[in-house]
Amino acid sequence: MDPRRGPLAVPKVRRVDAAAGPLAVPKVRRVGFFTSIEPSPETPRPNRSLSGPAEAITSSSPLSDSPSGQFISPVQIPPSRHHSDNLASRAAPVPVPGPSAFRRQLANDRTLHVGSYNPVDSLLGTSPPSSNGEVSEDSGSLFGFQRSDSAKLSASFPNGGFDMTVAVRAPGESEAKVATASTSDGRKKNVEASGESESVATKPRKEKETKSLKEKTSKAERRAIQEAQRAAKGEGSKRAGESSRPKPSKPAKQPPPKKEAPQVTSSVSEKRAVSVEKERRMDVPQTQMQYDDKSRVDKAKRRSVVEQTESKNKVELFLHLPQYERGNQLPNLSSNIFTLDTIHHAVYKVGLQHLAGDIAGDNARCIAMLHAFQEAINDYTTPPMKDLTMDLTAKINGYVSFLIECRPLSMSMGNAIRFLKNQIRKLPVDLSEPEAKASLCSEIGRFIDEKILLADKVIVQHAVTKIRDGEVLLTYGFSCVVEMILLYAHEIGRKFRVVIVDSRPNLEGQKLLRRLVTRGLDCTYTHINAVSYIMGEVTRVFLGASSIFSNGTLYSKVGTACVAMVANAFSVPVIVCCEAYKFHERVLLDSICSNELGDPDAIANVPLRNNKKHSKTMDNNKNLQFLNLMYDSTPAEYISMIVTDYGMIPPTSIPVIVREYRREDLLL
Amino acid sequence: MWRRSASFVLDKHHNNKPISLTPSLDSPPPLSDSMAEVNPNPNPVSAYYQTRAKHHGIVTSDWLEQAQAAVVRYPDKDSPVAGRRPFSVIEEFDNWRQQPDLAEAVAAIRALAAVIRASEATTMMELEIELKKASDTLKSWDTTSISLTAGCDLFMRYVTRTSALEFEDFNAAKARVLGRAEKFGEISYKARKIIAVLSQDFIFDGCTILVHGFSRVVLEILKTAAQNKKLFRVLCTEGRPDKTGVLLAKELAKLDVPVKLLIDSAVAYSMDEVDMVIFGADGVVESGGVINMMGTYQIALVAHTMNKPVYVAAESYKFARLYPLDQKDLEPALRPVDFGVPVPPKVEVERSARDYTPPQYLTMLFTDLGVLTPSVVSDELIQLYL
Repeated sequence: MDPRRGPLAVPKVRRVDAAAGPLAVPKVRRVGFFTSIEPSPETPRPNRSLSGPAEAITSSSPLSDSPSGQFISPVQIPPSRHHSDNLASRAAPVPVPGPSAFRRQLANDRTLHVGSYNPVDSLLGTSPPSSNGEVSEDSGSLFGFQRSDSAKLSASFPNGGFDMTVAVRAPGESEAKVATASTSDGRKKNVEASGESESVATKPRKEKETKSLKEKTSKAERRAIQEAQRAAKGEGSKRAGESSRPKPSKPAKQPPPKKEAPQVTSSVSEKRAVSVEKERRMDVPQTQMQYDDKSRVDKAKRRSVVEQTESKNKVELFLHLPQYERGNQLPNLSSNIFTLDTIHHAVYKVGLQHLAGDIAGDNARCIAMLHAFQEAINDYTTPPMKDLTMDLTAKINGYVSFLIECRPLSMSMGNAIRFLKNQIRKLPVDLSEPEAKASLCSEIGRFIDEKILLADKVIVQHAVTKIRDGEVLLTYGFSCVVEMILLYAHEIGRKFRVVIVDSRPNLEGQKLLRRLVTRGLDCTYTHINAVSYIMGEVTRVFLGASSIFSNGTLYSKVGTACVAMVANAFSVPVIVCCEAYKFHERVLLDSICSNELGDPDAIANVPLRNNKKHSKTMDNNKNLQFLNLMYDSTPAEYISMIVTDYGMIPPTSIPVIVREYRREDLLL
Repeated sequence: MWRRSASFVLDKHHNNKPISLTPSLDSPPPLSDSMAEVNPNPNPVSAYYQTRAKHHGIVTSDWLEQAQAAVVRYPDKDSPVAGRRPFSVIEEFDNWRQQPDLAEAVAAIRALAAVIRASEATTMMELEIELKKASDTLKSWDTTSISLTAGCDLFMRYVTRTSALEFEDFNAAKARVLGRAEKFGEISYKARKIIAVLSQDFIFDGCTILVHGFSRVVLEILKTAAQNKKLFRVLCTEGRPDKTGVLLAKELAKLDVPVKLLIDSAVAYSMDEVDMVIFGADGVVESGGVINMMGTYQIALVAHTMNKPVYVAAESYKFARLYPLDQKDLEPALRPVDFGVPVPPKVEVERSARDYTPPQYLTMLFTDLGVLTPSVVSDELIQLYL
């Protein structure tokens, strides 16, 4: 058989090589990169194959043994590789392909169950992860080899059908022989046939192998197969074709057994693996979508529910952020709102409120979102044949992407969503659906109560200790925590004056001013332009926050940095009030990477001035771009103190809080 | 008898004479009955500084006589506070405090451990409440002492935050708590030695060190350095008004360390020949800054401007959960200031005994937890308290 096959194979391989060689190169590259990942895909595989055959097949002894052999083989390969020179390995493999190919064919023909372990093998041979053994060898040796390997790989597929016929022929050989002796014999024969001079180098190795083969036939089998694969790799030319050809035949057969294996193995382990992977994926901080990435934006647009008009003249530096013309006008909904029934109405409502700006303020937005999720979870029923954990997470993801469409999420919302997803993930498996839903809802409620509402109260208690009689407090914009602090301090009889600094276009400070004045506080209202003038008489600056990053950088409403820096220049202490759930473990260095762009019209149009015509002319001006930034970042050195629900801490201690408490929250 | 202590007497004295130009102690300190009860020490004059003054021998003998007289005149005043129960924390504390080498906080820690030992409580809860009461009494004895308050708080944390409280056998639990208490006392007691050893790496041959005030930790550091045959020079500020710098200079001269005395206002003048500045601390606050004897802040500012490293040596029991934003954000610790000349009438005197140095002017903190940057203080405190 060997001689017969040899000649047959040679021309084919050559053809293949010539045709597919160059094309295949990229594939090789890919294999190369996979080397580093190799161990991880390797290890699960043997497991599967182990459990698969063990349960499914018990008839033939070699088969049942085979998994173990296979399991061992990857471990054993490397030393042999190292011992034998590159040359040796190159030489040795040459003969092998023949027998290994036979074996496989035989196996295929013999029984289905053979397939069950073989496929794994062949997978190993062809699929990237399997190439671990090969890859390392290849990378160690020459590129030429890799190319040949790739050629083989690519070649294998078209030739698959042909191989089958060969395989059919193969059964003629006695299986026993194949199992034990054939490998070594066949190799020898092949060596001879190939006509390459097999030097001394290969012999010791061969001997070793034969020994092991005798000890464990199944192992030997495995070894032979691997040998074959290696040979296929190592061999640049003819034989490779042979060995590779049988491989493709297997893939054809594989599907059934492959499917079988996972089914047979208890699905638990599978699930666990999946969940672990998912966890890992979740742990990786989500990268924001870069809006200057055309293809992704287009994709997102197709999915989008809300149609927004993009602003015309975009600012170069901020192309990576979504730039829409927003206003308080009702947004146009694209037609797929009716086709998409996936978004719960409560979420929908909140999303549109975010879009229209009806809900402003981080805490308010976050609470609204969580309430919507609560409602959505309440109305949720697990579809048949689906897992609550998985399906609900997917649902939430859908909601979140809708919310992002409406308005980019704030950092605090991101943290809250992370918390929710963690809660879903941590749900005990044996919980019934209503129970699970109830527990999720109560967890969300607890989050709102503890992390937001109660935290605010604690912050107020802490911050009030820093307000003494006769002080002048400055605040910027509108922060509900700061408002609570000021009102509470007034309530307990502190005598102080408040300076409210405001800025266009939102003029949120007016809301605060109105509320404080009605409560009888002594207030001064000014715009940010006058901050350096007014700062001279100020004794404390209280600021709210959208988020605080690990390096102590404060991410807050645009203009905050200006106020903080002016305060620092006047050596006025700057106190930032921020709930701990808004802390973020990322590091922020500037205001460019992560920001939000508001409606450019908002700054173009000045109220109380009839400038319709004016703005129109400006709209058409290509050289004019409006930049309406929503946030900016204040470096830590301008912050004297952060008041949080864990007490008063310096900005350098943010990572401590994140390290000590966030982990706890996530693991709850 | 804590009433016999110099601090007590002086407290009373100054309570009635808000500004004493020259500490004239001719008239016996008038005591009002109301003062003795609720807060044993409502006087704004810092008892902490009085204790230190006494330890450092600044108290005059006739001053002590006055104290004696006061006790004789009002012997029964002892009973409401000290005699409430057979065992008194304050008494115990005062006993410990007599040792000049023992820091106030360590004395408090020892006293609290004694409370546990003497306790007749039969449940953990009772014991805890008793401890709490005792520590509150101690704290209220001198509200201006940061290390006392911090030491008591830390002790409570350290001792009660243990699984011992879950023991079913009360005696075992009590033994455990007592063990912890004694261990904490031991740690605190050894802190100074540890700091001295840790800081040796920072003192190099031929360096000039500026010190301010009299800190036992700093003295320990310099002593150890001298024992290690390091060659260095020390500049001591005078440390007005209680002249603690002179005292330190005396101690150092005994060790044959070259010492130079400066008046407090000559710091900037001599800063260019200084290689490093070492301070002690009354308290280390959460921002990583330190509260220390008046004058520390300005020396730190000068050193910072001239790019000289500023080291602070402080035991970890001085870490306090305070966060002053500026100098006035502290509970003032007042003390008499002797200008040597009569202060003209209608002139106010700044009597505050300490100031706050923000963390950005400190280079390193030498503590028994290791050599820390200021920002680690908050880390340690958060881990301890939250």
